[in-house]
Amino acid sequence: MKKLRLFLIENSVVITFIVLLAIAIPASKLPGQFLLQEILTRLGRSSFLVISLLLPIMAGMGLNFGMVLGAMAGQIGLIFISDWGVIGIPGLLLAMIISLPISVILGWLCGSIMNKAKGREMVTGYILAFFMNGVYMLFALYAMGIIIPVLNLELLLSRGFGLRNVIDLINVRQCLETFIPLKIAGVNIPVLNYLIIAAVGIFIVWFRKTKFGQDMRAAGQDRAVASAAGISVDRTRIFAIIISTVLAGFGQIIFLQNMGTINTTNSHEQTGLFAIASLLIGGASVTKASIPNALIGVILFHLLFLVAPMAGKNLVGSAMIGEYFRQFVSYGVIALALVLYEWKRVAQEDASRAMLRGGVAPDKGKVNTL
Amino acid sequence: MEQIKRFLSDFGLPRIIIAVFLLALFMMAPAVGVNVPDALKDVFNRFGMNGILVLALIPMIQAGCGLNFGLPLGIIAGLLGATISIEMGYVGAYGFFFAILTALSFGSFFGLAYGALLNRVKGGEMMIATYVGLSSVMLMQIGWLALPYKSAVMIYGFSGEGLRPTISVDGFWRNILDNFMSIKIYDIFDNMVVTISDFWAYIPGIKWYGKIPGNDIGKWLYEPKLIFAFPTGTILLFLFVALIVWAFFHMKTGTAMTAVGSNPIYARAAGINVNRMRTISVMLSTMLGAMGIIVYQQSFGFIQLYDGPLYMAFPAIAAILIGGARVNKASLPNVFTGVILYQGILVMTPLIFNAMLKLDMSDVIRIIVSQGMILYALTRKTKVLK
Repeated sequence: MKKLRLFLIENSVVITFIVLLAIAIPASKLPGQFLLQEILTRLGRSSFLVISLLLPIMAGMGLNFGMVLGAMAGQIGLIFISDWGVIGIPGLLLAMIISLPISVILGWLCGSIMNKAKGREMVTGYILAFFMNGVYMLFALYAMGIIIPVLNLELLLSRGFGLRNVIDLINVRQCLETFIPLKIAGVNIPVLNYLIIAAVGIFIVWFRKTKFGQDMRAAGQDRAVASAAGISVDRTRIFAIIISTVLAGFGQIIFLQNMGTINTTNSHEQTGLFAIASLLIGGASVTKASIPNALIGVILFHLLFLVAPMAGKNLVGSAMIGEYFRQFVSYGVIALALVLYEWKRVAQEDASRAMLRGGVAPDKGKVNTL
Repeated sequence: MEQIKRFLSDFGLPRIIIAVFLLALFMMAPAVGVNVPDALKDVFNRFGMNGILVLALIPMIQAGCGLNFGLPLGIIAGLLGATISIEMGYVGAYGFFFAILTALSFGSFFGLAYGALLNRVKGGEMMIATYVGLSSVMLMQIGWLALPYKSAVMIYGFSGEGLRPTISVDGFWRNILDNFMSIKIYDIFDNMVVTISDFWAYIPGIKWYGKIPGNDIGKWLYEPKLIFAFPTGTILLFLFVALIVWAFFHMKTGTAMTAVGSNPIYARAAGINVNRMRTISVMLSTMLGAMGIIVYQQSFGFIQLYDGPLYMAFPAIAAILIGGARVNKASLPNVFTGVILYQGILVMTPLIFNAMLKLDMSDVIRIIVSQGMILYALTRKTKVLK
């Protein structure tokens, strides 16, 4: 009985969402096959991005809002291959190779800046994403065509420089999904996507077990202790962010080749929000996240994404209310996770302070006075 | 040398770069053919528009709650005030002050809840504040659609329910403060005409034209060209609110609040109720934000609902940081210099870049300057030095 209660408390977010969906899915009246197809596609398209968030959480740096930097690097790779006209899987590989050094540099930058702002990595990463967005716009709207030569003039605005708002990825569109065609009962299954996601999952699991992974976990649990044990905490943290940024870059490439188009200036803007919200809906917290969290989260988040407008229309008579509700949920779940995390942290600090005073629990009125 | 170094570290290199940049822009302006009085008009206008929103950040910074990324919550209170005032059909000064009073009362409730939440997450306020702001904007999107507003000027025409994304305040209280005792310089038949609100017109040089009623100026056969305008009323209100904030921080509660922000342990030892002070600061911040957005709207002319307030905290935060505030220390001079510098750059960069390069890079520059400034402040050590 106690076990059951513990289970319910630990998985309260997931359970809430399952209940929510249990109401919303029938109310949306969407056909099951459509939902299944969409979810399988979206699982193949978004999971990689969500998995890229795992390592910084292990390194104690919280949710990596700076992953947007990686997404930008991935987009730069895709922009170049569509300029050069490289087709299919080789094109995607080339895009990943181009994005790699950019991601490493951006990740190193992000990690170094976060090291200067220890204890508020998340808000720093959040602002850094906005800042780099400005730099990215400088690149996309002014540097392309002036400093960086562009071969395919169709990519450029009519003024002769700067990229068009939308870039068509016709060369690489859905080439992962169609590489190994598999259709079961009328539902297409993107096999190669799943293989790639499995590979990155195995990489994460393997990485955790290496010496470096263990160092990272130690640095995440207690910086002072890890440092005393001879671990270079700052370097470890930067490394965690670099890996996360590189993976986010690859993830964005996988995501966009499925979508088929890039919105030059804002495809990356929602990436961080959606990935982080998915992970948290999957039951992760700011300090603990696993691959199952990521996968469950993607399924639940995107189911809500799909059914919210129709459910809103059928339940309250307005599709917009359903859509706004979904938007509220994606921001609200992040707010909730952050509050729970900080709440717990403050309570722990209070408890340890009470221990110092001689194990006397602070009386109710004075908890949190500091 | 030592003094210069100290000045540099106190004032901060980015701030100096921005000030020099702005100065250079102004010096270049006449050379590239930018209309300087027009630009100055814009700077003053935006100074009055944004002033109170920036002022709203001071209490929370002083009480140690950090930069108020949750300003959108206050802005929502302001939007509620503005829309309710229009719904009631109140126009003119009465409508404007009714909107502010309603906004302040919503702001105090929101602030109370928001403050109670922030007291439970000490040390992590900024990230929580960000997401409280964002999710409250998202929640209110449902509200704007579902709340029973009836006023025909605000709701969607075809469905008859739900507010429109932008609502004009024309005919209610548009520019009501801007025009109050405003100083305007007109070009009438190549003569400079200075008007002070509805007072007597004065023409430097030769002639008297007699009374020019400011609001009836459109009835003239010859459309007088507006060269310069100074929004006296808006700036007076801003200075008045600034004075209140200044006075508050010199009273007992305000001093206690500063103590809490500087050193909470010391403050508690001195018998100050830390949580209470923090709650008051959050309430003040939210209420000032609510008032600030209404002043902003009367200048701007529109109420922006739905996701309009989503990123409205950033310009205000960037401004106060450019003015020299830190994550845990802010003063009124920070607000004044910050708003002038930040809005100055916003006004001048598009003008100069358009004139020189035929290129509008203002958006990119705005993002880099404002977010860069916030980033810089976040990565600085936050020890109080003095």
